[in-house]
Amino acid sequence: MSNAVSALQGSTYDGVVRVEEIGLQGMITLRADLGEKPIATALKSVCGTKMPGQRGIESKGDISALWMSPDELMLLCPYDAANDVAAKLTTKLAKTHALVVNVSDARASFRLQGAGLREVIAKLAPVDMAPDQFGIGEVRRTRFAQAAAAFWLTDDETAQIFCFRSVAPYMFNLLSTVSRPGTEVGYF
Amino acid sequence: MLTLQCPYCGVMAEETELHAGGEAHLTRYGPGSEDQDFESYLFKRENPKGVHFERWRHVNGCGKWFHAARCTVTLEVFGTYPAQTTEPPQDIKDTITAKRPGWSLRNLT
Ligand SMILES: [Zn+2]
Repeated sequence: MSNAVSALQGSTYDGVVRVEEIGLQGMITLRADLGEKPIATALKSVCGTKMPGQRGIESKGDISALWMSPDELMLLCPYDAANDVAAKLTTKLAKTHALVVNVSDARASFRLQGAGLREVIAKLAPVDMAPDQFGIGEVRRTRFAQAAAAFWLTDDETAQIFCFRSVAPYMFNLLSTVSRPGTEVGYF
Repeated sequence: MLTLQCPYCGVMAEETELHAGGEAHLTRYGPGSEDQDFESYLFKRENPKGVHFERWRHVNGCGKWFHAARCTVTLEVFGTYPAQTTEPPQDIKDTITAKRPGWSLRNLT
């Protein structure tokens, strides 16, 4: 067996915020009509979570379900559990029009930590980051400069971002550059 | 800067999150159709000064194609709606009629 490694193997940068590639992250994409009952039932029985609402997140233990579109969920779980979770979901959904794929190795994940994270994100993504416009627990798919990505806030000073693995160094450099000490804007 | 609300994920997406897909509600003529019909489907497009219906894709977002009704002169957006339709929904047409009485485009009024 090969030894799985994440794209940047945990690189970090300390600036306005702390930028950290969070290493191996289990990620499963589930494509199906999320409004169909068998999908919610399978999600509940395998992952323990409710079906998230539009742009929402539902978590239970170490599994989270992120709403990506009306027919797509992204499931986050420990890296080593991804194959097992995907297999269980596939079995549960055998009779439903659905697709379940372990995409863990196709993505890179980052964490931003620090009080300045709203302005760090606002420098890169066309998203209104005002606290009353973008709250904790909302998933936003967008672009960070030229790379497609999704992000959400887990608390006021922590954000998680994921993007395609192929653009991981680009994303890390972007996040580090706009976090350079001395570049604080202080808008939010 | 154009801002459109994606009817699938609800995001107010500004233009750089979107990809333009040209005129909406074209009739697709395929194999076996008349040459003139096929030519019109491939090449003939409206280029109105005023009310227009367009296809847009929320490419840096949920990935879905949707429709937008807007004015090409003022850039006013009358509304956006899902792509699973062959013509604009009545509420969109009513909104346009209230703001641009007497509008028409192709066979739409
Ligand atoms: Zn969307």
